Amino acid sequence: MSALTVTGLCKSFGGLHVTTDVNLNVAPGERRLIIGPNGAGKTTLFNLITGELTPDSGSIHLFGQDITKVPSRHRPHLGMARTYQIITLFAHDTIIHNVSLALLGLSPARWNPLIDIKRQRHLIEHALAALQRVGLGHIADRPLAQTSYGERRRVEIAMALAQNPKVLLLDEPFAGLSIDERRDVQQLLLAIPRDVTIVMIEHNMDVALEFAERITLLHFGEVIVEGNRAEVVADPRTREVYLGH
Amino acid sequence: MNPRLLALGIVFVALATVPYWMPGIYYINVASQVLFFAIFALGLNVLVGYAGLVSLGHAGLFGVAAYAAGFMLQLGYGHAVAIVVALVVGVAVMAIYAVLSLRSTGIGFIMITLALGEILWGLAYRWISLTGGDNGISVHTRPEPFGYSLSSPSTFYYTTLVIFLLSVAAITVFVRSPFGAALMGTRDQPRRMNALGYDVWAIRFWACLMSGLLTAVSGILFVYYTQFISPQTLALTSSAEVLLMVISGGAGTLLGPIVGAVLVVVVKTVVSGFIERWNFLLGAIFVAIVILMPEGLVPGSARLWRLAWRQMNNQTKPGAAKEALGPPP
Repeated sequence: MSALTVTGLCKSFGGLHVTTDVNLNVAPGERRLIIGPNGAGKTTLFNLITGELTPDSGSIHLFGQDITKVPSRHRPHLGMARTYQIITLFAHDTIIHNVSLALLGLSPARWNPLIDIKRQRHLIEHALAALQRVGLGHIADRPLAQTSYGERRRVEIAMALAQNPKVLLLDEPFAGLSIDERRDVQQLLLAIPRDVTIVMIEHNMDVALEFAERITLLHFGEVIVEGNRAEVVADPRTREVYLGH
Repeated sequence: MNPRLLALGIVFVALATVPYWMPGIYYINVASQVLFFAIFALGLNVLVGYAGLVSLGHAGLFGVAAYAAGFMLQLGYGHAVAIVVALVVGVAVMAIYAVLSLRSTGIGFIMITLALGEILWGLAYRWISLTGGDNGISVHTRPEPFGYSLSSPSTFYYTTLVIFLLSVAAITVFVRSPFGAALMGTRDQPRRMNALGYDVWAIRFWACLMSGLLTAVSGILFVYYTQFISPQTLALTSSAEVLLMVISGGAGTLLGPIVGAVLVVVVKTVVSGFIERWNFLLGAIFVAIVILMPEGLVPGSARLWRLAWRQMNNQTKPGAAKEALGPPP
């Protein structure tokens, strides 16, 4: 059974077809890379998969379960987590509070108005563990406002990992990072165990190609090429639409 | 001793002894007004400060609870029934408010709550068979729980104080709780909260109910205090006034709405005795707050205090450094 199956997915904004009959089949444990030029509809595809946008037609299955009509807020509970290309964090809070919110999102305790969040030892320990995975354990109590861009990228990833997802959707996790920071993020992505399926959008070819096993090339909302690393790189259409020569 | 605890202790003792050091009955009554308007402001702050939803219709809720209590008493029911009915009606009307206005946020939310408040005002004014129209409803007695009569200013003050302290405690616990954190999360990043598995609408709905409960509590205290309720209480100016309490004191802080309530009520009742154009004065104060401390009096003062503290330390430091170096040879 596939981890994530997308069948005949279509989405238009007015007359603009951003996603046209997209089919994806991601196996459990796979590392899938989605590439394509600006405006190819990569982030829209993610928004459709996570349910933040509703498709015009087509279906989405998560481990065989049809989730096309499942509201986006239920999808994390089914094992789907995502990061954002544009960093979307809680700027007034500490790093560990950000991760705690990610953990609480899946816990019934999120409705509790009576207990003190800072005294939930279980929660704090889990949040710290998630931060240690991304190498931010030592600055867990730092306010987010005092962190660097690269650290925030890693907080994004820590929040997704904290939810212990089965399918992890990473939207340009290397965007805006320096070479050193990219190396760090790459190390931490490589350390994610194989029971997590990863779908990643990335522009940065050198890091991304190394990471991915299968690659899907989107262009004007359509899947142009799909295959393993060598196949996609060798395909003349890839050169035409993406590599530009 | 922790200076914060010490300050809290002093405030508590001052509050607990108000009837003994206030110069007269009039001022004890002003203190009661400050406290129940502070509860009202705390209730509105749950939405404005912690949920990021600005309501301009809260006077409608406040008034509905007051009318419900007055109406039940007029029908001849006891105080206990009147209070329970008023609480239920207040929260139920808030639920209707929430279902209608939570379809949007920002300006949309403000406009829908404004319209709902105006509808309630219109009903109070025109549904004469129920509300008595412009004549309002008079409440002839105050409750006597366990034989403790609330008819004197000081007993009413103490009752209001206990309810006020309970409200403050409830908000304090709430703000630190996971649900409080979730509510503030929906204020700052609703889209992210949704993607993390939170039901943003439901979180906001429950926050509305909590706000409605505190508003109803203050409305009931109000109607027992003035022993009269008329459509004027539900007017837009009342909604704006309590919103100004929250914003001037500092939305999203625990003390802010309380300080705002003190400011507005004291200017309205006490200062208005000396200055005829007290409305102008209140307006000038708000303008000054917006210019000098746009975040509100409480966070603004804290900021200025920190600034002054740092400057003082900086001034003493060079001297200290010289001493450390020792006298020049």
